[in-house]
Amino acid sequence: MEWETVIGLEIHVQLATKTKIFSGASTAYGAEPNTQACAIDLAMPGTLPVPNRQAFKLAAMFGLAIDAPIARRSVFERKNYFYPDLPKGYQTTQLDEPIVGAGHVDITLDDGTEHRVRIHHAHLEEDAGKSLHEDYHGMSGIDLNRAGTPLIEIVTEPDMRNAEQAVAFAKKLHGLVVAIGICDGEMSQGSLRFDVNISVRPKGQKELGIRTETKNLNSFKFMEEAIELEVERQISVIESGGTIRQETRLYNGDTKKARSMRSKEDSNDYRYFPCPDLLPVILDDSFLAEVAAAMPELPEAKRARYTGDMGLSEYDAKVLTGDVATAVYFDAAVNAGAIPKLAANWIMGDLAAFLNRQELTIKQSPVTPAALAGLTQRIDDGTVNSKMAKAVFEGMAAGEGDADTVIEAKGLKQVSDSGALEKIIDDVMANNTQQVEGYRAAPEDKRAKMVGFFVGQCMKASKGQADPKQLNQLLVKKLNG
Amino acid sequence: MNREDIQQLAKLAQLHIADDQVDEVTNRISTVLALVDQLSAVDTEGVAPMAHPLDAVQILRADEITEPNVREQMQAIAPATEDGLFLVPKVID
Repeated sequence: MEWETVIGLEIHVQLATKTKIFSGASTAYGAEPNTQACAIDLAMPGTLPVPNRQAFKLAAMFGLAIDAPIARRSVFERKNYFYPDLPKGYQTTQLDEPIVGAGHVDITLDDGTEHRVRIHHAHLEEDAGKSLHEDYHGMSGIDLNRAGTPLIEIVTEPDMRNAEQAVAFAKKLHGLVVAIGICDGEMSQGSLRFDVNISVRPKGQKELGIRTETKNLNSFKFMEEAIELEVERQISVIESGGTIRQETRLYNGDTKKARSMRSKEDSNDYRYFPCPDLLPVILDDSFLAEVAAAMPELPEAKRARYTGDMGLSEYDAKVLTGDVATAVYFDAAVNAGAIPKLAANWIMGDLAAFLNRQELTIKQSPVTPAALAGLTQRIDDGTVNSKMAKAVFEGMAAGEGDADTVIEAKGLKQVSDSGALEKIIDDVMANNTQQVEGYRAAPEDKRAKMVGFFVGQCMKASKGQADPKQLNQLLVKKLNG
Repeated sequence: MNREDIQQLAKLAQLHIADDQVDEVTNRISTVLALVDQLSAVDTEGVAPMAHPLDAVQILRADEITEPNVREQMQAIAPATEDGLFLVPKVID
């Protein structure tokens, strides 16, 4: 039988605020355990939460980015369950009135086809702390620094049909939240965590099969592996006469195995109810205007700008917009007067290779966007040829100054003065009289090939600084007599 | 409400109810639910659910760090700590 896979995702995105969603404790990653857990985060008696305005702003920005309505009124609920990393005994979250309504994210698959993934909604909530189950004399250690970190949980419709689509969507979403600056995107630090809902059904069947949820995947690779493994498992269970249990599963990326965490039968009844500690949050026009004003250019708009006026290829635009810092660098270079196509080539070529060798990020590049802009101008106006440009780049990377300074200091100016070029050509011809005679005796169609020898000699004589185009023209003229 | 409902509720609320008390608790909660039934009898057609009894709007705070490190004070009142962590009976998920 042919099977169809149906995948929906729930994504927890840590918002890039300085403080927690309900307290003024820091959210900085990597602090000593429990040094960023205040009385509110610890649910001490007598404390009251006060929501962080910035968390609402970042959540609303996500809404704009996926073309979704922003709720002007949103309400917090208590989701009740007991776990030691949740000191209050409930998670403060949103249920019926989430801040972000239905939207969509369009993805491009490897074969170039477009696919739309609908977003059901996104809601604001707080993260839990961390439990460490290593050996603490048979006890568990609890670090509550993460407790209360603002999250948006994004819930998709079951619109993906295989691992490729799910991973393409996850990558697109990751790029989007980083590009609009609402999340740092550090997956290894848990800034983005994916829960994958998977079911299979006979191809052509309308109703959905029973689904399982694989929780807390924090890399695209693990996500792909976990989906493939689970689809295989479900099909083999059904084909051997069994039924799928609705359950939560955990995938271990090291062992490449998944196991059942808990089945839905004994799962909690969360007994949601509106949180009496928090009033409804009302976002007014001025708040929404502020959000709209804070929205940076979306990656898709950026791509259109690069392939439009700037004339870059789709490929170049995709690479440059694939990483926020790279796009920022490129835009800064163009703003400083860089020739866009040349800047793109240098950023993706020599600059990327150099940064890679030096283990630097593009933000740390010793060659500033303005310096690179200067280099592209000198290439464009013919001051340096491509070979000399590499030497100029090396000089700039070594901290010898901007393009003009390096060109001056190294004497790298391309010789395009026709008088100087003619002198070089005359010398070469005088020193190679035999070859000149051979050239002149050769039939027309053979000559073009023979010019190469003279170009090489002239280039050598000019120490590589002759303008190749001009040199060629003058040389042919002189050789033809 | 029957005994099983009460036992399930107690489990969710992490409350221990001794076997010989379950019947009494069941009866008492059923009495409370009878009061709720009276509320349910009111016609609320067209009335939006109330999120909060106060007719007020939530104040939001600025995203600024205002809470210092209070680990020492908080751990002084905890039953068990180690390496800066709070220790709890082992949990496995």
